Amino acid sequence: MNDSRTRIMGRLKAALDQRHNPTVRFSGADQRMKSLPAGLIPKRGQAEGPARIAMFVDEAERAETRVVRLGGMAQVPAAAAKICQEAGSGSLKIAPHPDLQGLDWSAQDVAFGIGAGDDLVGLSRAYAGVAETGTLVLRSGADSPTTLNFLPDVHVVVILAEEIKANYEDVWAMLRAAAPDLGPMLPRTINWITGPSRTADIEQTILLGAHGPRKLMILLIDETA
Amino acid sequence: MSQKPPACNDFQLGAKKALDNKRLQAQLARTLKEGFQYKRRKGMSRLPEYDALRDRARDIKNHTLDHLDAYLERFEDEVTKAGGHVHWAETPAQARDIILDICINVDAKTVSKGKSMISEEIALNDHLAANGIQPIETDLGEYIIQLRDEPPSHIIAPAFHISKEQVADTFREHHTHLKAERDLSAPTDLLNEARGELRQKFLNADVGITGANILIAETGTALIVTNEGNGDLTQSLPPVHIAVTSIEKVVPTLEDATTLLRLLARTATGQEMTVYTTFFTGAKRIDELDGPREFHIVLLDNKRSNMLGGPFHDVLRCIRCGACMNHCPVYASVSGHAYGWVYPGPIGSVLNPQLLGIEQAHVLPNASTLCGRCEEVCPVHIPLPDLLRTWRKRAFEAGKIGGLHRLGLNLWAWLAHRPLAYRLVTRFKLRLLRLLAGKRGRFRWFIGAGGWTKTRDLPAPQAANKHGGTFMDRYKRGER
Repeated sequence: MNDSRTRIMGRLKAALDQRHNPTVRFSGADQRMKSLPAGLIPKRGQAEGPARIAMFVDEAERAETRVVRLGGMAQVPAAAAKICQEAGSGSLKIAPHPDLQGLDWSAQDVAFGIGAGDDLVGLSRAYAGVAETGTLVLRSGADSPTTLNFLPDVHVVVILAEEIKANYEDVWAMLRAAAPDLGPMLPRTINWITGPSRTADIEQTILLGAHGPRKLMILLIDETA
Repeated sequence: MSQKPPACNDFQLGAKKALDNKRLQAQLARTLKEGFQYKRRKGMSRLPEYDALRDRARDIKNHTLDHLDAYLERFEDEVTKAGGHVHWAETPAQARDIILDICINVDAKTVSKGKSMISEEIALNDHLAANGIQPIETDLGEYIIQLRDEPPSHIIAPAFHISKEQVADTFREHHTHLKAERDLSAPTDLLNEARGELRQKFLNADVGITGANILIAETGTALIVTNEGNGDLTQSLPPVHIAVTSIEKVVPTLEDATTLLRLLARTATGQEMTVYTTFFTGAKRIDELDGPREFHIVLLDNKRSNMLGGPFHDVLRCIRCGACMNHCPVYASVSGHAYGWVYPGPIGSVLNPQLLGIEQAHVLPNASTLCGRCEEVCPVHIPLPDLLRTWRKRAFEAGKIGGLHRLGLNLWAWLAHRPLAYRLVTRFKLRLLRLLAGKRGRFRWFIGAGGWTKTRDLPAPQAANKHGGTFMDRYKRGER
């Protein structure tokens, strides 16, 4: 196996050495990963203020996501209860995130933890949103299990208006700033989610709810609204 | 799918079969013209920066390929730091064995699989099954063709050639524990049944295997894009996750990957972004509640390192969006199976001779009209027609072009080098054709042109009077 590596790398080196000498090549690559040249950010990905929130909602809805605006975090349990009722679910699985654990759930049957195969409704806390395409960004961690993003029939995600960024690059910048001093820069999993699960594999007809959630709902907390 | 030996050189046979299949022709028209082509145009129209992004994407891939060993080394370091294992495979056989070993080590019985073209390239499923491990494809299209024991016909829509009635028949045949009289007439019935069948299999799988669309050197991250969420369940539920991919998929940074992602879904399906884009880095972290405790990534070379810096270098930019086949008039007539191996369409006609050897696939570069649409729509500007021409030349040089063909070409070349003889012969041919065509000026049948005259007449050339004549006649008259 290590021999394979040596041989593959040997062939790459032989081909590349004809273009650049290896020192220049390796320092060129290093330089790029240090300087992190910005990509071309489309104009659509540069919205500010209320226009940014409006674009996020608009693009999310275009991808069949349902957005519910709430005036504060305290309204989340009641909104979630309504969604459970609509889905015919007696219980709610919640990501063990402090923001969600801190709410008053006394009126309903809830459990905190990872996703299970028979969860009807799951509630997660977004890390960020991307206005450009109405995309949610969730990162895995003790407070945000990845399985909860995919197993429930209805996936409900709480996001604060100020967590909505204009473009993907701004979210990478947040993650870079939050990177630990030691260990890997990124969490094990980052999910960009743009709408509910779908497939077009049967005669190219788009159907929602393939293997992931049939419905995706965003609870957008905007205290200024 | 049990993989059959490559049959690229049987293209004509496969093409004929496809052309005679009316149902397939209707599916092709619907899927490509009204589907993918229309959706891509609509998607492009929503992003004015689309073309500028294509240039960027090409430049990113070119830069990466020029520094490929450096970026792969960094990628490997970062994966290892994040608790993952990197395996290098020179050949499909090595890749299969690496994956089998990992599965045997954890005593795996079943493996759930996300959609992966590299897995098809290395014929992984057969190998696992032959060694007592059951592979379960979870992408709906892949699941359907796995049950039907067929190869995919398109790289992103593997089962588009199958009708919903055929899917229903297949499900009835295989899901025998369900009630025979159940209704499977609507596509949603089929989807719900597949979802139900696969849910438990996701949860029970001992190992999850996915591909990876892009690798990010800077962070040791790999990513997959899915609309169904199947790849994402495959990479988060089983205790072991193996990603199998190829060495040219790496890019330097998260920002670079983002540029490619802005193009990938839009070019493929016209979507703003695929529903799920999942980035994974290493194994489950100590404080996490879910995720695989073991993470492996298999980097396949399979002759790609030989392409670097050579005449087919540009193919290594490919991001497998499928746009070239979606817009190819040949693919649109014959569909994917005619190409005889894993990669169909223009990209397959360039890639398969490289991966299988010219002996096994020399017919494919000729399965093109060189109309140039593939290059026009390619998000990373791969000059596919030029590369097809290069393969044609090689096939000719390798003696792969048959006797009659070769004789004709040699005859033509001899004439073309002798302008006087050429003019005489063309003038003679023109007169002869005129004479044979008679008053109608058209042929109902002509030797060697049966394909044309089956559905329409073949017009004879215009006589050498003041309107017609050979090219040189008309050129001399000042028509230009």
